Amino acid sequence: MSVAAPPAPSATSLATGRRAERSVRALTFQAVLLMCLSVGLMTLLVLLIDVFRDGVGSLNADFLNNLDSRFARRAGIRPALIGTLWLMGLVAVISFPIGVGAAIWLEEFAPKNKFTALIDVNIANLAGVPSIVYGLLGLAAFVRFMHMGRTVLAGALTLVLLILPVIIVSAREALRAVPDSIRHGALAVGATTWQTVSRHTLPAAIPGIMTGMILGLSRAIGETAPLITMGALTYVNFVPTGPLDRFTAMPIQIFNWTSRPQAEFQNVAAAGIILLLGALLLMNAVAVFLRNRYERRW
Amino acid sequence: MADQSVTAGLTRSRARPGEALIKILLRLCAVVVLLTTVGIVASLLFETVEFFRDVGFGEYFTGTTWAPTFKPARFGVLPLVAATFLITLIGAVVAFPLGLASAIYLSEYASNRVRKIVKPILEILAGIPTVVLGYFALTFITPTLLQKLVPGTEVFNALAAGIAVGIMIIPMIASISEDAMRAVPQSLRQGALAMGATRRTVATKIVVPAALSGIAAAFILALSRAIGETMIVTIAGGLNPTLSADPRQSMETMTAYIVQVSLGDTPAGSTAYKTIFALGTTLFVITLALNTLSYRIVRRFREKYE
Amino acid sequence: MPRLGNLLADRRNETEKRTIILPDQSQATEPVFRLEDVSVYYGDFRAVRDVTLDIAQHQITALIGPSGCGKSTLIRVLNRMNDLIPGARVEGKVVYHDQDLYDPAVDPVEVRRRIGMVFQRPNPFPKSIYENIAFGLRVNGLTDDIDDRVEEALKAAALWEEVKADLKKSAFDLSGGQQQRLCIARAVAVQPDVILMDEPCSALDPISTARVEDLMFALKDRYSIVIVTHNMQQAARVSEMTAFFTTEITGDDERRTGVLVEYDRTETLFTRPSDERTEAYITGRFG
Repeated sequence: MSVAAPPAPSATSLATGRRAERSVRALTFQAVLLMCLSVGLMTLLVLLIDVFRDGVGSLNADFLNNLDSRFARRAGIRPALIGTLWLMGLVAVISFPIGVGAAIWLEEFAPKNKFTALIDVNIANLAGVPSIVYGLLGLAAFVRFMHMGRTVLAGALTLVLLILPVIIVSAREALRAVPDSIRHGALAVGATTWQTVSRHTLPAAIPGIMTGMILGLSRAIGETAPLITMGALTYVNFVPTGPLDRFTAMPIQIFNWTSRPQAEFQNVAAAGIILLLGALLLMNAVAVFLRNRYERRW
Repeated sequence: MADQSVTAGLTRSRARPGEALIKILLRLCAVVVLLTTVGIVASLLFETVEFFRDVGFGEYFTGTTWAPTFKPARFGVLPLVAATFLITLIGAVVAFPLGLASAIYLSEYASNRVRKIVKPILEILAGIPTVVLGYFALTFITPTLLQKLVPGTEVFNALAAGIAVGIMIIPMIASISEDAMRAVPQSLRQGALAMGATRRTVATKIVVPAALSGIAAAFILALSRAIGETMIVTIAGGLNPTLSADPRQSMETMTAYIVQVSLGDTPAGSTAYKTIFALGTTLFVITLALNTLSYRIVRRFREKYE
Repeated sequence: MPRLGNLLADRRNETEKRTIILPDQSQATEPVFRLEDVSVYYGDFRAVRDVTLDIAQHQITALIGPSGCGKSTLIRVLNRMNDLIPGARVEGKVVYHDQDLYDPAVDPVEVRRRIGMVFQRPNPFPKSIYENIAFGLRVNGLTDDIDDRVEEALKAAALWEEVKADLKKSAFDLSGGQQQRLCIARAVAVQPDVILMDEPCSALDPISTARVEDLMFALKDRYSIVIVTHNMQQAARVSEMTAFFTTEITGDDERRTGVLVEYDRTETLFTRPSDERTEAYITGRFG
């Protein structure tokens, strides 16, 4: 043997009191990791505090009721708020059937062939396309080609396409989570595939699908770039009354106020941000509530 | 004795009449996905082709001045691309170490209780709209941090935008890397621990190398996201195309320029209008390439531990 | 010579002080492990109770018994791998040579450097054959002559001839039996004192199993080996001493606690067991 024989078995050198897991190196490493994690968390905290401090003073009834204005004190978010509500309503109503329908077809009906694989690849790719490109699509296809003009409807359709991958993916996961035993039970008594899906599988998957919808809408509510690109207005002094009106939305209004040179508008922008984050918080709370209340553990 | 009545009707289809129609409708919903891709490619290509009729490839890809509305108009995309890459680079420098470190901590050190609290917080960070991050960059990062620490920082600057972009992608890197690390089988960790390795060694020499393909995919996807980012760079980076490596200066990215045009009164059909589609195509191609690369990496190296 | 293991089925708390019967008296030495009234808890569930036995050096000691009897739990007590399970707790005394293994001054990482372990399913690292062994060497500071040490470890594990042509090959390109021998090589490379093996052959085919068993015989000259196995024939083939465990229902809840029934020379335990539970197990009436 060219290497030394093993040391004689004596265990007295074991109880050194030193701990490798507690050595300076090990502890420093752990501390560094923890610090890095904290930076991310702290940043969120600082951001929220900063926004709150800047904006809480401007958050009042006037702010909610007024239209936009050249004067910071009079500037209000009402057109943007109504615009966002219109948009979200349309997006929800349009994206739900299309997204869930696509998920049902892909999960329950589609054969595993090249066509289906192609759709899968497309969903994955579309999820990674920058949102501003969707804006260009909306501009070319809805605003111009279909002559919808720069209306709420065109904006909603643009956002629908943007969040469709999110909705499809989460709806598929919700459907996949339903155990096959349920499907088999229905099929075994002679139900057709559609009857099985509509009466058994889909109802069981609804909580997960709802969570996915809220996820999608949370994404849509904060999107700015695609809407600006397809022609949403940034200075709006009227309230949209229908899907064929021109419009603005909350994130766009925030962007507009942030870009103004006068310092007071930053406070107004911050107030808008508080409102937007509040809406997001509400949506997520609803999603968590739904998930905990209705999700079945199979 | 086989009874005719038992097998009668077996071959008749049970499906009710409406169901055929329903199936077609469902299929159409899925086809919307394909239509979207076709739509994107068509809308982009059409105007881009028109654009390249007016502007030569050479000028676009190698020109160093971007001034589409001046006379004479210049269409060199390099300042915009350089700004995009500089800001993305800064974002990567911020987010890669912080994101990966967070992922290692969450995967290898944190107790379940800690993970249950921290992961939702990271989700919240991921859900912050980019307008808000842009606001934060402009009104907090620049005045409070940069102008105090780094002299010569302009009001609009690439550094603040880059930092904010980094903040935006930290949750993405942390989450995907952590998933990759948790997928490393426990038996590998046990094997190393049983030889007297410490948790630090196990994490850095066993787990991270084993999860490397997933971590690489996380990085690439995050880069792709950063390149496509619009509002942060528009608000905090500025609308002034500058070819420079100095992050304290204001510079305009590809995405910011598209916003700038959309905000203005650029008449449809003008070359300036077509530029946003040319830029859109450039963005689309770059992000598509990166996303495909990341999927390939994951697929190629996935079977590595079983 | 005093007989071992007089536990009878209905006397739960009767234990006798045990002495070791060594197969070769010229090698009479201190036991490598002494366990006294060792119980292992997961939370408030007692997985194994009141184990008292001594494990001799340079021998192969087998732990056998039906599933759930705590033999894997017990073997992990010996290298403090149970520490990794939250809520796991060891009571009683575990003495390794002359050192209380669970003394607060003892570093579990150090323990594992001297008491190595081979697992049920081969778990090579996703690296090359060379790196699998080099990793342990580096971690333990044995960085002189890594090449030589790798070669020796592979020879000791009877794997050298099969892999010497390409050490840079991935460990996953090896067959299951070869992977397990690689794990054994990895364990011996760091020059441990004891090698623990937790069902090392249960995932292997019979030919690989035979080779690993041959290996165990070769290794016991230099190391003390404790092996958990559910294969009685294997225990009978390789070990000098065998400990038989079984499960009992504890108290009012339905959970079963492992208990040591009998510990004797292998030949004795398999041909003239003292306890009827042992006899029932080895004749296949249960388990």
